Amino acid sequence: MTTTEIALATPSRSRGASLSRRDIRLGEILLAPALAYIFLLVAVPFLLAVFLSLTNSSAGSLQFSFVGLQNFRAVLGSPVFRRALWNTFVFTFVSQFLVMVLGNILARALMKPFRGKLLVRFLILLPWAAPISLATLGWLWIFDSTFSVINWMLKVVGWLGPGQWYYWLGDPVLGMVAIITVHVWRMLPFSTVILLAGLTSIPKEIHEAADIDGAGPLSKTFQITIPMMLPILTVAILFGVVFTFTDMSVVYLLTRGGPYNSTHVLASLAFQDGVLGGDVGRGAAEAIFLVPLLVLMAVVMLRISRRAEVV
Amino acid sequence: MARRGWGGALRTIGHRLLILGFTGFAIFPFYWMAVTAFKQNADLYVGASNTAHNPFIFNRPPTLEHLQILFGTTLYPTWLFNTLWVGGLVVAITLLLGVPAAYSLARLTGRWGEHLSIAIFLTYLIPSTLLFIPFSRLVALLGLQNQLWALVLIYPTFTVPFCTWLLMGFLKTLPKEIEESAMVDGCSRMSAIVRVVLPLAVPGLLTAVIFALTLTIQEFVYSLTFISSVSRMTVSVGVPVALVRGDVYYWGSLMAACLITSVPLALLYNFFLDRFIAGFTVGAIK
Repeated sequence: MTTTEIALATPSRSRGASLSRRDIRLGEILLAPALAYIFLLVAVPFLLAVFLSLTNSSAGSLQFSFVGLQNFRAVLGSPVFRRALWNTFVFTFVSQFLVMVLGNILARALMKPFRGKLLVRFLILLPWAAPISLATLGWLWIFDSTFSVINWMLKVVGWLGPGQWYYWLGDPVLGMVAIITVHVWRMLPFSTVILLAGLTSIPKEIHEAADIDGAGPLSKTFQITIPMMLPILTVAILFGVVFTFTDMSVVYLLTRGGPYNSTHVLASLAFQDGVLGGDVGRGAAEAIFLVPLLVLMAVVMLRISRRAEVV
Repeated sequence: MARRGWGGALRTIGHRLLILGFTGFAIFPFYWMAVTAFKQNADLYVGASNTAHNPFIFNRPPTLEHLQILFGTTLYPTWLFNTLWVGGLVVAITLLLGVPAAYSLARLTGRWGEHLSIAIFLTYLIPSTLLFIPFSRLVALLGLQNQLWALVLIYPTFTVPFCTWLLMGFLKTLPKEIEESAMVDGCSRMSAIVRVVLPLAVPGLLTAVIFALTLTIQEFVYSLTFISSVSRMTVSVGVPVALVRGDVYYWGSLMAACLITSVPLALLYNFFLDRFIAGFTVGAIK
């Protein structure tokens, strides 16, 4: 789908007035199954998650009673949870910051013509296309405690002296470095292709006109590229944040939250307590802490879509 | 384009090095999977403290042993089959729910349809890590624990919103006049949709099929939560959870499984990339 196609289709989009009653009725019938499904299997479970967080429900029994905010109080009092909450923000912020910086550099580099561009695009996309659990497994082998190829390289260049060793996944700080590396590696292709789409959508004529008006590269960046890229930049950040903030696969497969629960994130802790540990109420309460940021992201998304309609 | 002289040459070299660096970062784990998958164990398990042994190359002749183990003695083929079985059903459900909804949102609803379509897309932002706990109750209630049907029931929660949104964007690019002229010729709207619109929408439908399938193959959290029998696992869970026996990792076979599963998906993605981007950026690019 190209942007020109969208532009061509826009003038004939003035619908609403021309719709007959029968058409509207048909529209409702066609929409109903999908809406019913989404209501029953997304909206209702979402409300159920909130409900469960207020109960002492546990796996293996369907009986429970209301405990009010007790789960939340217990969770907030737990150092493991506070650490996980902190980690979630660190992981998300650091990895998305790196992804945005690197993604912008890479997208600009990919704008220039060069031989083998299609091959490069395919190779750069690999981390995003591979199933996350299998890609993380590849990294688990790279970070292996005995056979880590990174340690081998550090030994060869002399960074690690005799007797010195990095246990990547057995150390709180190195574990976080490993987890952030995998997140950056995986999200970089996604953000890059979105930013690339944004860069290519800026018409050449605008840059040419600015050249004629005598604008330098700096003022072109600040007055043309950044303002025109803002919506797409927001989209890339938005999805990047949501996908990183809510992910548990990387942490679960790399460190299982260890050592001593020091690298947990909200989602992996909710899985550990709510599913593996069987304390459904507690797990639900931990997962609920994902909601405020998601709501914020949804609001930003709505604003962009509204602005895009107005422009 | 002023790419003359030394400055230009240096900039070109810098640009190529940059591209090379990023590409190397992106593909290194896959290179590492490939090398591991074909190495003999004696070449594999040397230990990184031995700097005389270069792990990047084959120090002994490559072997197919790990592949033979993977396909001959592990349940990998079963997991592949399970994954495709779930994937096929999820694609069918996604199309059945998504195509009519997308048409309706593209053509038959007015202003409120636009708001509704954004609301549907926003449900894609609700993560599996928030829903797996209520779903575990639901699955238990329906008696679907440890069954692939649980995944068939739940996976459309992310494929339907995403594919409806993709298809709606695609259908909006088709001119309205096609089915209007068919309707002038005496077709009802339903038969105009089936006979005129759907054939034209095949590229869009294909994209939806590919993405419903790849999202299903990639999914990890629900599958990990609901499937406990090794023989019923999907690839994304079976390989990391059940190929590891006790504390012993069969790295050769593991990496072979990762590589074999990932590369076809990457090819599919690459082929449909432009439509995928369009799905995420509708509205943000004008």
